[in-house]
Amino acid sequence: AFFWLVSLLLSSLIWFIAVKASNPWDEPLQKGLLIFGVMFSVLLQEAFRFLYYKLLRKAIEGLVALSEDGCSPISIQQMAYVAGVGFGLMSGAFSMINLLADALGPGTVGIHGDSQLYFLTSAFMTMVLIFLHTFWGILFFHGCEHRHWWEIMAVIVMHLAVSGSTFCNPLYVGSLVPSYLLMAAAAAWAYLLSGGSARNLQRFLLCK
Amino acid sequence: MITFMNNSDSEEEPCNERTSLMSAESPSVPSYQDGLQASEAGEVQAHRKRRTGSSHSPNNIADGEMSDSGVPERESTLENEEEELTLKYGAKHVIMLFVPVTLCMIVVVATIKSVRFYTEKNGQLIYTPFSEDTPSVGQRLLNSVLNTIIMISVIVVMTVFLVLLYKYRCYKFIHGWLILSSLMLLFLFTYIYLGEVLKTYNVAMDYPTLFLVIWNFGAVGMICIHWKGPLQLQQAYLIMISALMALVFIKYLPEWSAWVILGAISIYDLMAVLCPKGPLRMLVETAQERNEPIFPALIYSSAMIWTVGMAKPDTAARGPSQQTWDAAEDGRENHRSPSHADSQMSERRSPVPARPVTSLEELEEEERGVKLGLGDFIFYSVLVGKAAATASGDWNTTLACFVAILIGLCLTLLLLAVFKKALPALPISITFGLVFYFSTDNLVRPFMDTLASHQLYI
Repeated sequence: AFFWLVSLLLSSLIWFIAVKASNPWDEPLQKGLLIFGVMFSVLLQEAFRFLYYKLLRKAIEGLVALSEDGCSPISIQQMAYVAGVGFGLMSGAFSMINLLADALGPGTVGIHGDSQLYFLTSAFMTMVLIFLHTFWGILFFHGCEHRHWWEIMAVIVMHLAVSGSTFCNPLYVGSLVPSYLLMAAAAAWAYLLSGGSARNLQRFLLCK
Repeated sequence: MITFMNNSDSEEEPCNERTSLMSAESPSVPSYQDGLQASEAGEVQAHRKRRTGSSHSPNNIADGEMSDSGVPERESTLENEEEELTLKYGAKHVIMLFVPVTLCMIVVVATIKSVRFYTEKNGQLIYTPFSEDTPSVGQRLLNSVLNTIIMISVIVVMTVFLVLLYKYRCYKFIHGWLILSSLMLLFLFTYIYLGEVLKTYNVAMDYPTLFLVIWNFGAVGMICIHWKGPLQLQQAYLIMISALMALVFIKYLPEWSAWVILGAISIYDLMAVLCPKGPLRMLVETAQERNEPIFPALIYSSAMIWTVGMAKPDTAARGPSQQTWDAAEDGRENHRSPSHADSQMSERRSPVPARPVTSLEELEEEERGVKLGLGDFIFYSVLVGKAAATASGDWNTTLACFVAILIGLCLTLLLLAVFKKALPALPISITFGLVFYFSTDNLVRPFMDTLASHQLYI
């Protein structure tokens, strides 16, 4: 969570500088700067995920060296999961909490002609992002562990795609549907990578 | 590791605020006091000396030399086990401290966001006499710096006074002072707090009920904090008085002064704990030399107290094992778990007279906890509360400060595991908190607001 926060800080710093240095009345330019800010932020987030992976790797090596029987009390997969959840929760909290605070107060949704489903779609979008961050964490760490660069690239491309799809808002079909599809794909992939299989799933569902 | 800090309790009776994180190497002390050199104890000293590499108590060196007849092959395994236990207990300690700090912050933020009283400006403390209502920025800055200087000097004077009292064994005076301050906190501030909360929610309460509630709350609190009581109740009371104190600070400190004071006090904390002549360090070392617990009302401890009662019958059975004796006397003294763990492991290797003793050791081992000074709680909560109060009504800033402080606490505890001596708990956390507050408020907020208005997600 802390690493996500730092990445957010840096990316907003860049965006802020860019905005201050540019003409505030130029609408398309501002929009362009915003898009640039979003993309840059995505890239920074993934960079910080990588840095976090490096840190955790060192920590695991330290733990393994110190432990009695040569294996660390927490595995890299568990750390990947936790890292993903941390990223997701922080990102979700930052996206949603002001919305929730405003939702407690009086007001009408979409009174100026915006979509009336603002709160609903925000909630769904945040949820999908949290899940996605968790799955991306697992995929990313797995890719770093086994040096499958294509997994890492896939995570980055997926993240960019999801953020990019939100540019279609308020045309929610364009953003929510692809995001959920991507989430299903990432979920299946992460599940397979973590050692699950169709049989495990079956046994779990039938409570064997 | 003890972070300990004296609680500045009241406006009339300013106690000093001191924050430090401390790791008491008490196991080294008994051998000095007792003069008994059991071979295990000597070995333990040798291990600790080799491990820490810093013999900041002269006892260590003396013992180390005497016990150089140690067994080399046992030492390496013991060291490994110690390190592992260090890390395991380190992680547990971090969680044990996260929960109370989080609870305190939640209470403060909830109150700030709902009760209007604590964000209204209704005057200032006498310790911050300069007003911040001046027209020019320079004047305001100057006033806040002057306020800070006055506040910090008050704190320094009080700290030195307390240390002198402790050194010259004026225990009655100190206890009286502490009792008076906690009395005031528990009764007066609770009364004000309850009154404001009831006003906010428009709930009527008659005076007899109010009297009953506050009397019970205060009386049980006094007993729990200064005498004996269930550990969790004591922890809950300490959290509540920290929150009350933090709320008072948030209300009565003017804006810029509050931030400058936070910065200055973390620098002061750093110096007071780490400099050889720092008052806090002297207090900690004096307490260690005398093998006494530090004042009960000023430290939050997650360790057990009942080991005092439980371990005593064992001392007769254990004989010359001054480690357990030390544990018995120092139920509240902060023992870094591995230093106790290794002593207990070496004890286990020696023939133990009775079975129950071993299990008791294990129990003691598990219950060793960390201690954090109440002032640390207070200043963390002040930072987060101020962020909640003044950050343009933004929750992101509050959340960012909260995460920053917790990470700072983590790092401090990690350093504690590495250095194994008293450490200040404020600097890292407050620095992170301040950096994140200002940057989130000024940089991240416009970015997130723009993103949210276009419903873009990153």
